[in-house]
Amino acid sequence: MLSKGLFKKPKNELEAQHRIKRKTDPAIPSELCRSCPSCKQLSFTSDLESNFHVCPKCGHHFRINARQRLNMIIDQDTFVEQYHELSSTNRLGFPGYDEKLEQAALFSHENEGVIIGTGKIDNRKVALFVMEATFMMGSMGQVVGEKITLIFEYALKHQLPVIGYTVSGGARMQEGMLALMQMAKTSGAVKRHSDAGLLYLTILTDPTTGGVTASFAMEGDIILAEPEALIAFAGPRVIEQTIRQRLPKGFQRAEFLLEKGFVDAIVPRSTQKETLTQLLTLHGIPKGGDQNGSI
Amino acid sequence: MEAYKRVALARKKTRPTGQDFIDNLFTDFIELHGDRCFGDDPAVICGLGHLMDMPVTVIAQERGQNTKSRVKRNFGSAHPEGYRKALRQMKLAEKFNRPIVCLIDTSGAFCGIGAEERGQGLAIANNLMEMMSLKVPILSVVIGEGGSGGALALGVADEVWMLENAIYSVISPEGCASILWKDASKTKDAANCLKLTAHDLLELQVIDKIISENHRDFKNVYRELKIGLYKCFQKNQALDRDQLINNRYQRFRKYGAIESMTK
Repeated sequence: MLSKGLFKKPKNELEAQHRIKRKTDPAIPSELCRSCPSCKQLSFTSDLESNFHVCPKCGHHFRINARQRLNMIIDQDTFVEQYHELSSTNRLGFPGYDEKLEQAALFSHENEGVIIGTGKIDNRKVALFVMEATFMMGSMGQVVGEKITLIFEYALKHQLPVIGYTVSGGARMQEGMLALMQMAKTSGAVKRHSDAGLLYLTILTDPTTGGVTASFAMEGDIILAEPEALIAFAGPRVIEQTIRQRLPKGFQRAEFLLEKGFVDAIVPRSTQKETLTQLLTLHGIPKGGDQNGSI
Repeated sequence: MEAYKRVALARKKTRPTGQDFIDNLFTDFIELHGDRCFGDDPAVICGLGHLMDMPVTVIAQERGQNTKSRVKRNFGSAHPEGYRKALRQMKLAEKFNRPIVCLIDTSGAFCGIGAEERGQGLAIANNLMEMMSLKVPILSVVIGEGGSGGALALGVADEVWMLENAIYSVISPEGCASILWKDASKTKDAANCLKLTAHDLLELQVIDKIISENHRDFKNVYRELKIGLYKCFQKNQALDRDQLINNRYQRFRKYGAIESMTK
């Protein structure tokens, strides 16, 4: 089929986009090596694992799942999960949603897009939520909103700080307005926790967007971010389509937000536990408590 | 009526806008500009007026009434300074113990370079958090289009009402069709699936009341709103402040609460 503008010179990169052929990666067994999406260099999976899943060549932070994150920051065997069993139902009868939920559960080995619980960092007890990107891109439906609300309510009751890792595509559209309402609900829970003088730290990871950015992700007392994480209200593709312009390089990345004054610090994975410990100490969060972080 | 027909009615160019509602609901209205930080956002009108004999703070999203004013108002899509202006006025309302009326009509918070650079996400998040604990009665009415987070940023209230032909949605039906089905022609199906009409949302308890419309004449709408707002504010002003805030928290706490989920 001949397209109309076949011989037209593209005005900008956006127009030319469909003409650029995608480079295909050489075929290498995926379990042995991984190619870095940033510098394209190959690294052994074992090397990546011992390096916090950060590219040893360029420092690119690979996306990792929630349980890997927990292992990196929580003292060994201190994590006690809460409400693991909660899973979503298709209350609006949205077409295709049941299948999507099923696939997401198989793909992520989780019941929903966030894990909550308590654990210890440097022997200091904290409440935690860690979002899971492989479950429908960490989108927020009623269960994600409920679990985040529950952990803030638990932390308020037990006078604990909350540490939250965000990664999300925003509100889950298959749950309609009930998903949007989670933004208000979680914000209310954060506010109550905050009004009681308790500490809330967020670590924004790649990508944190939409309704999550516009609610609890940006409500932390201290907001940290992983290097180069995309942090946005409207994603770059939506903005390009709205304003019909190519976006500047680095736009909406963690470094850009730091420069504009919207995050407190950028902390690479290798020093996150150290930084969290330092911040907990500076806020007088006591060591010890009960033996294994149990409820 | 089919959901997509409501979408078309909610967006109709001749539909009364925020300014019309201000002119018809309040007397002695005075507009107050600016967020005291960056600028004044014409997509949001803030000010004070009398609702009958009651002084109130009014916050209205305004999409513009003709081509020129639509461009000036950015078609009702606010930048962060619009939300910050609204929050500034809400804080003043709290200081002087005035009830707050929010009139929602936007296709969404603006998606652009400036909006992102100035923290659109943070501005909305701050409104959600602060509105949750404002110690004065708040009532939000969706008068046209309630577009996602940009609408919710004025929608954390003691009660949320909708006009009969207004819509309130997590995403536009167009956006939903193009993301989920990669097919813009499925917009009508998307509108149905999203449950965005006033009747659907009353059933889901997302809203508390529908104001019926005769879309040729809004006189009845204004009258019903005026009396309804007044009564609701009277009732809520009489409440103990902690009770008022707790009621608001519980109103939003119920969505997807653990006891309502079964599996």
